[in-house]
Amino acid sequence: MKTQPIDQFAAHLSHEVHTSVRDSSVKRTAQRKDALWKDFEDPNALRRLAGQIKQHTLDHLDTYIEKAESALKANGAQVHFAADAEHAQKLILELLHKRNATRVVKTKSMATEEIHLGPFLEKNGVESFETDLGEFIVQIDNDHPSHIVTPIIHKNRKQIARSFEKFGIPLPNDDPESITKAARIFMRQKYLDADVAITGANFLSAESGKIVLVTNEGNARFCLAGGSMHIALVGIEKVVPKDRDLTVFLNLLARSATGQQLTVYTEFIGGPKGATQPDGPQEMHVIFLDNGRTEVLESDCREILRCIRCGACLNVCPVYRQASGHAYRSVYPGPLGAVLSPALAGSHFAALADLPKASSLCGACNEVCPVDIPIPDLLLRLRNRAKEERLPSPGTPPLGGWALLATRPFVWRMAMLSTQLLNLLPLHHLPLPGLKSWTDRRTLPEWRGGEFRKWMKARKGKSND
Amino acid sequence: MTDSSSDTRKAILERVRKSTSLLPEKTPYPDYPNDVARSAPHLQEENPLENFRKNFETAHGIFFDTVSKLKEYLLKENFRVGFCDPALLDIFHSALAPEIELTTTFDRSRIDVCAFGITRAAGAIAETGTIILNDETTCTRLGALAPWVHVAIISPKLIHETIGDAISALGKDPNTIWATGPSKTADVEGILIEGVHGPGVQACLFI
Repeated sequence: MKTQPIDQFAAHLSHEVHTSVRDSSVKRTAQRKDALWKDFEDPNALRRLAGQIKQHTLDHLDTYIEKAESALKANGAQVHFAADAEHAQKLILELLHKRNATRVVKTKSMATEEIHLGPFLEKNGVESFETDLGEFIVQIDNDHPSHIVTPIIHKNRKQIARSFEKFGIPLPNDDPESITKAARIFMRQKYLDADVAITGANFLSAESGKIVLVTNEGNARFCLAGGSMHIALVGIEKVVPKDRDLTVFLNLLARSATGQQLTVYTEFIGGPKGATQPDGPQEMHVIFLDNGRTEVLESDCREILRCIRCGACLNVCPVYRQASGHAYRSVYPGPLGAVLSPALAGSHFAALADLPKASSLCGACNEVCPVDIPIPDLLLRLRNRAKEERLPSPGTPPLGGWALLATRPFVWRMAMLSTQLLNLLPLHHLPLPGLKSWTDRRTLPEWRGGEFRKWMKARKGKSND
Repeated sequence: MTDSSSDTRKAILERVRKSTSLLPEKTPYPDYPNDVARSAPHLQEENPLENFRKNFETAHGIFFDTVSKLKEYLLKENFRVGFCDPALLDIFHSALAPEIELTTTFDRSRIDVCAFGITRAAGAIAETGTIILNDETTCTRLGALAPWVHVAIISPKLIHETIGDAISALGKDPNTIWATGPSKTADVEGILIEGVHGPGVQACLFI
């Protein structure tokens, strides 16, 4: 039988990558649990609260976008809106051209990954460097991130050292410390030479217009100390109503993502630099990005827009652990990606419609989600959509017969009765190779179909007495 | 805003409005207390400064009690040249000279000349051991970021107990940075390395 694309990818995954992804995911999941349960009496109550704040925001998103826009403008930022990836690329290029900018430094941002900004800038003659270490390695390798928090989870030090040398960064050895030091030295001048810093946003407070960026490496700080213009590409769902809500989200984000109490650097950006400050952007632009989000908001999968990109659902997912992030063939991997990628795909839904099937529906993703997204329910809704659109479903056994049985009680009862005949068949002696390979080593238990219904009927009778 | 952006704004807001207006019921904004995410296990000491110190050291920060202990550390590590906020020069010049040289301008063309940077901080968070920097208080973003060691000078009066308290006090500053320990990464094989782009040593001194 033909298997699903994700199974095919997993089947050919190298042992090295599989081990690295699995071990790292297991470790991160344990760190998350420790950080949350040691620090809070009831982390689940906090997750539900965060989910409610986010859902409230989505249910009133028009109001909060307008509030955020006003606050950003009051802070001195210029605000733009982009319908899709192409439009966002065009707006960014226009801003760069207006400033005669040819050198850009970038922080890690899933929104910029979504619009393929790096390759687009390169094609248009703009030198652009990813400054997060993992993203930089992905860039010089012409690769793609395989995890939204740890983008090079699929690479080891030897591969990274080879990439550095190929790119022209000398290394004394392949120790992680040497790799990090070399990146530090290389990137410093890039920050200072850059005309423009491009970032995403972890959150945007509608109340104060502050953009919140979190990093562990300090690259966002450096980007916003070196460059003279700041462009932030912000998905419309990143808005939160009030500054106080950030308390809930920041406490949950770091613990869920990396098991830290707080990410090393949390930066609150409320406009261009202060008048007496010598370093930092004099000009700030915020681009609100739709790129399919309004369509998701209209759909029955709108809850996925609560996502704060912590990666906890990836780390805990048994399918992700076996298949790795690249198996999802899209910017967003794991359970989050299995919902968000096809949901954002618009008219290209069919190309990613198999992803919602890459799940055992165990529910672990929902249990760890810091904003309590009912991911298994959303996966089922997308499976239903694929079925309604009559899309091909490789790897799914034909279930028409089962549907007939399960929806007609009379047919079910007849089937239960007739399957008693199985006990009379000499299964061990049937000349069917597939069956024989099973029955040679195992003894099929006696078929007892229908017993439960009998028991239930008898029990009902008793309770009525 | 360009015409295309202006049209898109209208289209996005209309589409959002239409989809939210169709919802049978809308989720209300939850009522929750300000200390909802207060982490009691991180606040077990007697006073805010002790809580801060404990959590700051857990985050691999170096806490100096006195200027002379800072000097001892800088000499031991052979950090002889550093940047100092001009407003702090009177205190540190007399305490660190003549063995240690201080400069009060941070030259962006020679960012690796200074081994350390001493700048004022706008506050601290006891719950997380975080120091708070902003444009108003920290005289240069680069001076607090580029050197290997950053020494934040903080007033004990400016310690916030929790993250929530520090958020309430954010104010209007265009750039507030919370730093919780040294810059770090675990991108390569999950191995923790300190000192990626920012300071490899985050220190503080309360004055």
